[in-house]
Amino acid sequence: MQRRVIFDNKALPYLLLAPQVAVTLIFFIWPAAQALWQSVHLQDAFGLRSQFVGLENFEAVLSDPNYLETVKTTIIFSVSVTVLSLGSALGLAVLADSKIRAASAYKTLLIWPYALAPAVAAVLWMFIFNPDIGILGRALNNLGYAWDYRLNDGQALTMVILAASWKQVSYNFIFFLAGLQAIPRSVLEAASIDGAGAVRRFWTITFPLLSPTTFFLLVVDVVYAFFETFGTIHALTHGGPGKATETLIFRVYQDGVVNHDLGGSSAQSVILMVIVIALTAIQFRFVERKVHYS
Amino acid sequence: MNPDRANPRSGGRLMDMVPHLILMLGVLIFAFPIYVTVIGSTWDAATIGRGNLPLTPGGEMLNNYASAWSESQGNRVMHTPVRIMMWNSLVMALVIALGKIAISIISAYAVAFFRFPLRMVFFWMIFITLMLPVEVRIIPTYEVVANLGLIDSYAGLTIPLIASATATLLFRQFFLTIPDELAEAAKIDGAGAVRFFLDVVLPLSRTNIAALFVILFIYGWNQYLWPLLITNSAEMETVVIGITKMIGNGEAATDWNLIMATTVLAMLPPVAVVVLMQRWFVKGLVDSEK
Repeated sequence: MQRRVIFDNKALPYLLLAPQVAVTLIFFIWPAAQALWQSVHLQDAFGLRSQFVGLENFEAVLSDPNYLETVKTTIIFSVSVTVLSLGSALGLAVLADSKIRAASAYKTLLIWPYALAPAVAAVLWMFIFNPDIGILGRALNNLGYAWDYRLNDGQALTMVILAASWKQVSYNFIFFLAGLQAIPRSVLEAASIDGAGAVRRFWTITFPLLSPTTFFLLVVDVVYAFFETFGTIHALTHGGPGKATETLIFRVYQDGVVNHDLGGSSAQSVILMVIVIALTAIQFRFVERKVHYS
Repeated sequence: MNPDRANPRSGGRLMDMVPHLILMLGVLIFAFPIYVTVIGSTWDAATIGRGNLPLTPGGEMLNNYASAWSESQGNRVMHTPVRIMMWNSLVMALVIALGKIAISIISAYAVAFFRFPLRMVFFWMIFITLMLPVEVRIIPTYEVVANLGLIDSYAGLTIPLIASATATLLFRQFFLTIPDELAEAAKIDGAGAVRFFLDVVLPLSRTNIAALFVILFIYGWNQYLWPLLITNSAEMETVVIGITKMIGNGEAATDWNLIMATTVLAMLPPVAVVVLMQRWFVKGLVDSEK
């Protein structure tokens, strides 16, 4: 898109762009280039010399059974978080939307968890499900179920999935409710007069019309599960027990910051960058299509 | 077939209650952990540590909050006073939110209202940052910040997070809807680019600025991985990091009362911003993701 009327100062536009371009170059482009460079080099133990090793770092990362285990954990974690938070948000939004008069009250009561940090959500869950002090954690043990997410792999993964999903429901809810309120009532009323029941109206009208929102949220939730849940996992399980709750982003941190393996960590960062670029591309294709048809 | 129409008198009422019940259950699931945390912050550490936390308030509220707020020593663990951590979080959230808005609005203005060599190069450079979230470039970004000597400083905490493609794109999109006639009229009246920005564009952007502020404030307040890397000294700790440091490895015998009080305090500012500015926030969220 182009404007007809423009200002013709020569230096001003560069001045206006300077702060953002400077920050972008120093803290985005340069580090990203560094990650690319480091991912194809091997540093000696003192970080003094480095040697070009081609794709060896990638080979090492991708052939490491531990890394593949982490990939598996990340997939289970991300799919569960996405499905749980999308599903429950859609359910709540449909119900809230059907009660028009109370909808805004429910909206206020359901959207505030958006304000919580993922790590804070994790801590709240810990207060409830800690086997020593948590009210539900103790109740589970008293009922004879051996609950300790600090020791049991499956329970740990369940715990981080639930805490991460819990926090994301409100975000999805806001978008689903906005999407639902944009659906013309007349269409639903017409279907209702034709004898379509609530369930049928939902699957034949509401759900298809919501599909752009659903698809958009799908991408956002996957990005959330991949990257923003670092705080959830760090606060709740530190990736443990063992490596049971270690996701890709947690491992980049673990290898790079804790174990100082720069080449390996950079190769992992580059793999993550490829994933983000793919997700962003998918999202933009979708945005383009939405603009095209509306 | 259609429950809310088929039987409007008797069964309809009952069926009508089901959605409310499910919604209330949803509200309860979100409120319960907060309720327990607030209650916990009014009891003493021993009661919580024994695992017998009652569901009604205790009498230690003032002590707990006062101790968490200003002291650095609980009964069992050391911690940075919440007063200091909250201040750090506040500075971080405000600098990120206002800084992002400021540099995004002027760069969007440059891209939308001027023609100059390399314009599209700059635009794409900003656009690409969408694909480089801080999480995927943590180690090299950390090295840059370390080389610049910005570890343990507000500048190191905030500046690397301040460039935002999302905000720039949002402002650019909005600027493209400002009618040409408005700029034309301003030019005829002899207003330059700076005057036009200050007198026309900025006031028109008020709603967008408010909406973005809410989202970016929360984004800044809730940062985790970045402050974890950049801050070493207790004086620079942010409150979200502080909570997990206080918990440590989650032994039963720790200052749970202080941890819970700190958690409540850490939640207050972002939740207050969302609830008080709900209208701006929902609009901003839905708009900025378009």
